[in-house]
Amino acid sequence: MPPDPRAKLMILIPAFNEEGAVGHVVEAVKQAMPGTRVLVVDDCSNDGTVWRARAAGAGVLPLPHHLGLGGCVQAGYKLAFELGYEYVIRVDGDGQHDARDIPKVFETLCDSGCEMVIGSRYVDGNGGGTSLLRAAGIRFFRLVLRPILGKPVRDPTSGFVGVNRSALEVFSRSFPLEYPEIEALVVLQRRRFRFIEVPCRMLPRRTGRSTITPMKSIYYIVHVLLGVFVNVLKYERRIPKESRRS
Amino acid sequence: MDRLLNVMTGLSALLIVLVLFSVRRARIRVEYSVTWLVAAVALLVLSRSRRMLHSAADLLGLADPPLALLFIVGCVFLIIFYRFSLIISQLKDDNIALAQRVAILEYHIQALKDHTAGS
Repeated sequence: MPPDPRAKLMILIPAFNEEGAVGHVVEAVKQAMPGTRVLVVDDCSNDGTVWRARAAGAGVLPLPHHLGLGGCVQAGYKLAFELGYEYVIRVDGDGQHDARDIPKVFETLCDSGCEMVIGSRYVDGNGGGTSLLRAAGIRFFRLVLRPILGKPVRDPTSGFVGVNRSALEVFSRSFPLEYPEIEALVVLQRRRFRFIEVPCRMLPRRTGRSTITPMKSIYYIVHVLLGVFVNVLKYERRIPKESRRS
Repeated sequence: MDRLLNVMTGLSALLIVLVLFSVRRARIRVEYSVTWLVAAVALLVLSRSRRMLHSAADLLGLADPPLALLFIVGCVFLIIFYRFSLIISQLKDDNIALAQRVAILEYHIQALKDHTAGS
């Protein structure tokens, strides 16, 4: 009997003060992907996130101090890489990503040969749960990223992302620290890695509210734009396709 | 002009005293105090030496020597801020990497403990 490919998969859930949602998210993930390792990376929450995650049956990687989303996700990537996992799928801890879409992301990750699979709310998805401001920001970044990536990306801000071991290796060494999703695409493009989007549903947040205010949105756009261009200009020896394949 | 130069001399001397006190009380590391001390001594010398200040103004193409002094002060502080931005960025990167490493090591220790308790 061939080994279960799910044994090579880790589900990564970055969480910060998600006491009200993280338990449900872990349970939903375990229901959708039974037998899969679930790791909650706690970004030094002030509430009972760690306790809830452990009670729901997840492994917990508690950070000693608050690192922000990028540092939090990268810590999970580092651990997954060290433990030898072949695939990692990241799901947000606020419950907005539908765990029932994880098998689809995983199958695409295994079958497509792409280094990254993005769960997109704009590819035949519902596109819901997006504010006007965020939708405008997504449109803007689609335009910016199109010539850089050489192909369109519908949902560049999605945090529902699966990566294989090649991408995992890159991300465990170099990962954007703030608002990482868009910059991560550029980091992968510099390595000539490929990505594909699969349609996914977005659910309303279980608890709390988004930390992105209108003022922060402006900061977000400027910060990410700068990050994108710094990554484009960054001197980094590209890996030729042939040697990467071998 | 004399008043500006005297103020600059006073500020430079104050900066030197402040940095030396901070070093003595171990509030600032010696390697980072050097930048401030060199800058403060350079400004002190420049504010006391009219000949050097006039030469600097001529070199910069400025008719007004005090303007040259302000320009040099601005440049010195820009360079210092840039140097400290580099240091802070490096420290932040190191800090994040260390925090991640600590978390991962704690995770492994916990896993070992659980394994030992289970067996």
